[in-house]
Amino acid sequence: MSTTADLTTVPRIDSIAELKRLANRLRIDIVKMIGAAGSGHPGGSLSEVELLSALYFRVLRHNPNDPNWPDRDRFILSKGHGCPALYAVLAEAGYLDHSVLSTLRKLGSPLQGHPDKRFLPVLEANTGSLGQGISIGIGMALAARLDKKDYHTFVMAGDGEIQEGQNWEAAMFAPYHKLQNLTVIIDYNHQQLDGFTKDILDVSPLREKFEAFGWHAVEIDGHDFEQVIPALENACSGKNGKPTCIVANTIKGKGVSFMENNPEWHGVAPKPDQVAAAVKELEAAKSKL
Amino acid sequence: MSSTTVVNPKPKFELKMGVATREAYGQALVELGKKDPNVVVLDADLAKSTFSAKFQKEFPDRFFTCGIAEANMVGIAGGLALAGKLPFASSFAVFLCDKGYDQLRMCVAYPGVNAKFVGSHGGISIGEDGPSQQAVEDYALMCALAGFVVLSPSDEFCARALVHRMAEHHGPVYMRTGRAKASIIYGAGDTFEIGKANQHGDGCDVAIIACGFEVSYSLQAQAQLAEEGIQARVLDMHTIKPVDEDAIAKAARECGAIVTAEEHLLDGGLGSQVARAVARTHPVPMEFVGIQNTYAESATPEQLMEKYGLTAPYIVQAVRAVLKRKTRSL
Repeated sequence: MSTTADLTTVPRIDSIAELKRLANRLRIDIVKMIGAAGSGHPGGSLSEVELLSALYFRVLRHNPNDPNWPDRDRFILSKGHGCPALYAVLAEAGYLDHSVLSTLRKLGSPLQGHPDKRFLPVLEANTGSLGQGISIGIGMALAARLDKKDYHTFVMAGDGEIQEGQNWEAAMFAPYHKLQNLTVIIDYNHQQLDGFTKDILDVSPLREKFEAFGWHAVEIDGHDFEQVIPALENACSGKNGKPTCIVANTIKGKGVSFMENNPEWHGVAPKPDQVAAAVKELEAAKSKL
Repeated sequence: MSSTTVVNPKPKFELKMGVATREAYGQALVELGKKDPNVVVLDADLAKSTFSAKFQKEFPDRFFTCGIAEANMVGIAGGLALAGKLPFASSFAVFLCDKGYDQLRMCVAYPGVNAKFVGSHGGISIGEDGPSQQAVEDYALMCALAGFVVLSPSDEFCARALVHRMAEHHGPVYMRTGRAKASIIYGAGDTFEIGKANQHGDGCDVAIIACGFEVSYSLQAQAQLAEEGIQARVLDMHTIKPVDEDAIAKAARECGAIVTAEEHLLDGGLGSQVARAVARTHPVPMEFVGIQNTYAESATPEQLMEKYGLTAPYIVQAVRAVLKRKTRSL
């Protein structure tokens, strides 16, 4: 490390039970934000909650008091439509005031419909046109190597997004250059806008595909912190000698029963009564955590 | 841009052949590499053709060949720039701009990162390889990306200087280079600035505004017109965006007639940029030399430039046409 940050300020949640409560709270935020915005993508935001929580509260080296810390680990949300979850996490980590969440998608808000670092500089990249995040991540990983810095770059992609050809250009490049400082997490929620991924253009088997391209590839349950945290920690351990791909099986709309596994909730905002029902269900679930 | 436009009063028309602008790019990259350890160069399996291989030879650790995968290359350039490096990515103009367009928009223009792109083999003067390799739309595509600077140098001196200006400019820049050797128009003492035209001659009958190879054809046209008693000035508009509006307004006021010349489709290129500036500042009759709504074919560069109406006689013809309209409008 060329510079030192005050790592005591980095948010960290040690207890799995507390992480589960956090995930529940984030889901309530997400449903309320998208409901208030009147548009957005609840399904793919709810599926990535545990992955983002583990990243920001257990794995990433970052500092909300010094967002531009040069040695911070990078995170790129390539599936940009899942940004409500990222915004909620950033608020929880102290990068945003919680009250800003209700401005999602409104004129002048830092919380744009898809991630836009012009409005929210703490974001590492602008995304929303699918298939581009891994390439951007490769650029950052190469820069880290050239600058002899040990920060790690994480990219989260969706499974539908993986249909974009650019991913496979990037998938060839990263192992060839032995970018072990790069990790791709695929939020494999098995759905995309028009329906189930397997019925549109099946991307399976994802782990085997990435393995064949030369990645260290693992498959996990993306909602189980006991699997997510070790997989992320292993990815940035520097022991694999190659980039890591974590295929995280998830449930689109996770936590809200009427949204779960229903492609209709890819890009539709819940109406006020639906927000109320979802929040009620999530509150009830919280009491059992 | 304020206009302290360089004026070379003596028209030159017997031009010596120099090296291609793509070769000048390679030389300038090496100069940059020595000066700035932050410069990183990317190419997509055309390093020998774009001349980025010169940088590769000198600085192998800072050169990455991305294979034949332009979209990924542009995205990587965006990531490098976001992480503080100064990337230059090159390929054939047609592949870089057309295949990398969404990435140029999403990873470069939209976040406004400091990344540079150089498309070689611009225009139809690449010759025998034919339309699949001939970029005739790169100016239009790159001008349509908000915040991009778009450059098209006319000779090796111009190209080399503009590579340095690109590096100094903070923000996204695109430059087209040519495959064929370029006539030498300038010397080591000439200076070039982004957004500032270089003027040749101060004739007041007509202004010919050109970029790239069309500058040397325009200088030939200027000499031929002088023999007929028509005094033309030539503006080397190496910066297509932001176009030098002051020099254009001055030319319109002083000459009352303008011809543009470019090795590009007439849609959305230099002519369009100049016409907008003319319409806004001082409307005068204009004529446009360029490729007319078509794709070219395989042949020698000279045959193609002739067949598709881009050589000096066509510029002379356009001048005669615009002068007729100028007289009528007086």
